[in-house]
Amino acid sequence: MSLRAQSVLFKSLSYLGMVALIVVIGLPVFWLVTGAFKGNREILTATPQFLPRSFQFDNFARAWTGAKFSTYYVNSIATTLMGATAEIVMAVTTAYALVFVRFPLRNAVFILLLLALMVPEQVVIVPNFLSIARMGLLVTKGGSLEIADFVRGWLAIFLPGASIAFGTFLLRQYFRTIPMDLTDAAKVDGAGHFSTMINVIVPVATPAIATTGLLSFTAKWNEYLWPLIVTYSDQLRTLPIAISRLLDAEGNTEWGVVMAGAIFVVIPVIIVFLFAQRFVVEGLAAGAVKG
Amino acid sequence: MMQTPAKRFSFSKLLKRDWREWLTFLLFVGPNLGLFVYFTYYPLIRNVLLSFQDYNTFIDEGEYIGLTNFVDVFTDSQTSVILRNTLVFTVAVVGIILVLGLMVALLLNQKLRFRNGVRSLIFSPTVLAGSAVAVVWIYIFDPRTGLILQLAKPFGINPPAWLLDPASAMIALIIVYVWKNLGYATVIYVAGLQAIPADLFEAARVDGANAVQRFRHVTIPGLSPVIFFLAVTSVLTSFQAFDLIRVMTGGGPINATNVLIYRLYEVGFGTNSSIGRASVIGLILFVIMLVVTILQLRYLERRVSYA
Repeated sequence: MSLRAQSVLFKSLSYLGMVALIVVIGLPVFWLVTGAFKGNREILTATPQFLPRSFQFDNFARAWTGAKFSTYYVNSIATTLMGATAEIVMAVTTAYALVFVRFPLRNAVFILLLLALMVPEQVVIVPNFLSIARMGLLVTKGGSLEIADFVRGWLAIFLPGASIAFGTFLLRQYFRTIPMDLTDAAKVDGAGHFSTMINVIVPVATPAIATTGLLSFTAKWNEYLWPLIVTYSDQLRTLPIAISRLLDAEGNTEWGVVMAGAIFVVIPVIIVFLFAQRFVVEGLAAGAVKG
Repeated sequence: MMQTPAKRFSFSKLLKRDWREWLTFLLFVGPNLGLFVYFTYYPLIRNVLLSFQDYNTFIDEGEYIGLTNFVDVFTDSQTSVILRNTLVFTVAVVGIILVLGLMVALLLNQKLRFRNGVRSLIFSPTVLAGSAVAVVWIYIFDPRTGLILQLAKPFGINPPAWLLDPASAMIALIIVYVWKNLGYATVIYVAGLQAIPADLFEAARVDGANAVQRFRHVTIPGLSPVIFFLAVTSVLTSFQAFDLIRVMTGGGPINATNVLIYRLYEVGFGTNSSIGRASVIGLILFVIMLVVTILQLRYLERRVSYA
């Protein structure tokens, strides 16, 4: 076989591989989206139905009203906003202090943060559960909840995960590449640390901060184990936990409604990533390859 | 050269200035560090203490009972099943993700049309909520209406009952986990491939190395830090497959998909919960993760000293 033929064959095989990849990754997504528009009769048919006969929004309406999705959305949005905001603010201030503020134990503090990166949340859920209970943040009462109960429940979900090690590490690496001239100029102008951070560092580091924020946002939005443990009332559940309530234990699940519910859960993350995906992918990869 | 007063050493001035710097530092770092101390370091220690206690959650007090919890956990016949499941699951998903991820990365590292789009597509499952992914796959695996059944039927193939059969439930779980997490490894691999200097490949080519030799002697050594990084992070994240397991199988059927993290939840927060025994399982999980992390650190140290 000539070299040219060989290269053509190789290219074709590569494209074939790519098509296989698209099918394997894409088909479940396709099945999710089309399923959400199918009626129950179309789903239970003996012959495969790849496309819904007519696009109906019936399933979405039924998922929304049938399973209190509005409450779950409020809980998810509240806890995600609290968590992601806290993480971004603390990642920026901590990384700034570690790079630009003089303190004798600076490196010890940095190592302490690095070590925290290696302790997975799962191994400390039992003692943290007891701590949250002792702080009076567990909402155990049934019936309809008041605003104060919601706030307590949100705090219980938010607090243990509010600190941030990975983002701090990412931003510290980024801040170190910022030329000292910039901060020195601000200092000459008489700016304190707070105004230097807000007016000089944050504008320069916006891409890295955005990456950190997006990672925090998805992690909080998708969080499952901890919110499951600290919420008893159905009114405090977040979206990822609520979705499985649409499944029917007796095996008579209405798949169209469940798929519509799943779309409610993933759509905010999908929208955010459509705009910012390259950003995050590059940030993650840079952290792994250079870090 | 004229000496200005500002340059003269003044201890009180230095102290005053440093004092303000220190305060700023504490103000900026304090909240983050405080939360870590209270929700990461303190619980690590308390978890050890709790594993020796019989804890009563109603009066919020524990009583020391020696090694009883450890004896209970290690003599429980389920524990060996769960440890074996954890090993099978972790080895399988890490192995598949490392190999398949590299193959996909090599594919997408070529100059192909649409490769950026495909890269985005393959990364997208990693950002989706595990529980949402789980319900989609329950629907796909469904033995009456599922996608796999519908695809296999025309060929006369009878697929297994997947999640309902103890023999196939673990395989189904592994498939879903790999589907969801492959994109992360691929992205890291592609970045690693692009970091290998192109002249290395050129030099190998000039020396007459064929594609297989170039892969064996340039690509693999060049990627070794990335492979190691991925191996460690994949092992650690594989212990976190909680949401998939809880929604898809609930650890069943008959414990076929019950792994350490799920058992920790069952023992600590299920019926007949025991804080003490759950702490023992948490401790086992922590020790495994610690060993994996130390391996990584030792490897990185060696890498630095070679450089």
